[in-house]
Amino acid sequence: MTTLTTPAASSAASKRSPVSDRSIAENRLGQRLIAPAVILMLIVTAWPMVRALYLSLFRYRLTTPDDRQFVWFRNYLTVLGDGLFWRVTLNTVIIMVVTVAVELVVGFVFAMVMHRIIFARGVMRTSILIPYGIITVVSAFAWQFTFSINNGWVNSWFDWLPWISADTNWYGAHWPAMFAIMVSEIWKTTPFMSLLLLAGLAQVSEDMLEAAQVDGATWWQRFFKVILPNMRAAIMVAVLFRALDAFRIFDNIYVMTKGAQNTESSSFLTYRQVIEQFQLGMGSALSVLLFLTVLLLAFLIVRLFRVDLAQARGEG
Amino acid sequence: MKRSRRGKALAAVAAAMLVSTTLAACGSSDGRVQLTWYINPDSGGQAAVAKNCSTDTYDISTQVLPQDASQQRIQLARRLAAHDSGIDLMSIDPPYTAEFANAGFLAPIPQDLQDAIKNGGGPTDGPPKAFGGAVDAATWDGKVVAFPFWSNTQVLWYRKSFAQKAGIDMTKPVTWDQIIDAAAKNGGRIGVQANKYEGYVVWINALISGAGGSIIQDAQKGVDATITIDSDAGKAAAAVINKLAHSPAAPPDLSVSNEGTAGATFGGPSGSFLVNWTYIFHNYDATSPDVAKDIGYTMYPQTVAGKDARPPYGGIGIGVSKYSGHIDEAMKAAACITNPKNQGVNADMTGNMPSSADGYAYPALAKSYPADLLKLFQDSVEAAAPRSVTPYWSDISSAIQSTWHPPASVGESTPKSSASFIDEVLHGKRLL
Repeated sequence: MTTLTTPAASSAASKRSPVSDRSIAENRLGQRLIAPAVILMLIVTAWPMVRALYLSLFRYRLTTPDDRQFVWFRNYLTVLGDGLFWRVTLNTVIIMVVTVAVELVVGFVFAMVMHRIIFARGVMRTSILIPYGIITVVSAFAWQFTFSINNGWVNSWFDWLPWISADTNWYGAHWPAMFAIMVSEIWKTTPFMSLLLLAGLAQVSEDMLEAAQVDGATWWQRFFKVILPNMRAAIMVAVLFRALDAFRIFDNIYVMTKGAQNTESSSFLTYRQVIEQFQLGMGSALSVLLFLTVLLLAFLIVRLFRVDLAQARGEG
Repeated sequence: MKRSRRGKALAAVAAAMLVSTTLAACGSSDGRVQLTWYINPDSGGQAAVAKNCSTDTYDISTQVLPQDASQQRIQLARRLAAHDSGIDLMSIDPPYTAEFANAGFLAPIPQDLQDAIKNGGGPTDGPPKAFGGAVDAATWDGKVVAFPFWSNTQVLWYRKSFAQKAGIDMTKPVTWDQIIDAAAKNGGRIGVQANKYEGYVVWINALISGAGGSIIQDAQKGVDATITIDSDAGKAAAAVINKLAHSPAAPPDLSVSNEGTAGATFGGPSGSFLVNWTYIFHNYDATSPDVAKDIGYTMYPQTVAGKDARPPYGGIGIGVSKYSGHIDEAMKAAACITNPKNQGVNADMTGNMPSSADGYAYPALAKSYPADLLKLFQDSVEAAAPRSVTPYWSDISSAIQSTWHPPASVGESTPKSSASFIDEVLHGKRLL
């Protein structure tokens, strides 16, 4: 049983009026008015994408333009056959899955706090949102110093744990470095997740919760059987946004480890190819693959949640 | 009503005045040609030289590039590839000179100035004969393509108190094995640069060259150059890195160490030995005068006992952009910037030593540095082995960084695996 079904679509069909000349004319006028903005947007977004697609068919190094060569899809074959690309993709997927999962849980806790709190509501909500207002690069530097040996406090605060001492080099091995990166990422974007979840929480009708309470449901039962199903759309939006953002992580990795210890992400690999090595062909192929991967991810998440957004809004 | 309209009129007049004065300040005030010199960050030496070399015909202003050499290269290369006319002069790191020259970014230097740099005999207010290592690093395809400005080298710095405690004789040439053992037995840490960056390849190159080898040969063949890092010299270098990484003398932040952290280790309680650039001598004057008094110096350690060390080479060369709107003036400016007096001025202010013997004769240097240290610097630069001069240096360097980092993973098989990786990367068969 779901409260998302609206009165049958058949009644919506009967309400549809025949399309009039006037509405056709209005549509056309509307299209003509927004045409300049659409054209500008296409130029700014579609042209670089098409050019990247075009460049990815060449072997082209910026500083040796005379050696430019058309190689069909050889760049894609090189990338897909290279162990580095798959290691980097695995890294990125690990970061995405772990950070989104942790943020979902912590974000939910924050959302419920923000929803229910009575005292110091403004202060609480503001302080939860502060990390999101900080520029990512600045927060990355702050966390980089935090975990460093000479300047940080993690080693001195946590040296009562058996595996941490004053000399622990967080950036000296793969998993500690990944841990540091993920902590920085989670700290920075949990507020965003909690905001989206708060919006979803606020939409859950109090009547249903009271009815469930009257029927004798415990807190956990109310949470899993009433609140969560009703928030499915909001959770999907939150997970979708965060997963796509997490897959394209760059700032934290660039600032904290510069990709050392095999902590590179897909964006970072693309950056290194295009910007540092001037390999425009290979880098463009990588960026096209990144784009396709993100598309695939979005498709999978929407299918996973099986939420029809139009239905959720209460429309036909 | 009237008051608000008068207020608006006043505001409009004020705005117009502000805009016109600002616009007036934008234009050239005296009609001189404006040359822009893109410099790497330093403590004011290049800005002072720019002022010295501005004449009645042209004025040189400086723009600062990022601290990291590869970031400097990225910024310059992208703008030059777009034929940016806003760059006239640039301070180029030697490993990337060949790449810029090969890409056609650098304006050809007049033959008389090239001869002056190689053999001397030019006017005294122009570039003098540069050290051998400096000329090698600035030459591509048989032509000198950049004006050597300052030449850097690394020496072995040591804490005199520690050397005494360890009982090691620093008046004779020492090897890496000796200093690692001495530091390990006496609780000292050795400062090196081993983060995943260019500085690490500098160390590796010095180790390999010191053992008589080189990273590549036949650089003029471009992507088909012979990779010679897999040789006895390469294995000797890998052995030194392996020994240090697994000894108690390794600092805990070895895998992320750079010039700054190594200097901090040296100035700290377990400071013993340090390989670092020339700036270290005055580095502790303000912050730790006790350390400053305790600094000793000698030639870079040998990789193999008995074989002369080949210290690293660094520095800056001045290049003129081919897309500058004022190439003739920029050439004259570059010749002035790299004359012996200005090399000395820069050295005095920044600690970045001159690239010529004439530059070292600048009087103020003798006051700030002891004579034996100045002689050590010059000997080091003469003996220095520059990193391989090839347009593909950045690919080779990144490939080495990928395969030789972290230092603890370097072993006997590292030279071989890195050689095959470099070859595949150069031919586009592997992702870097």
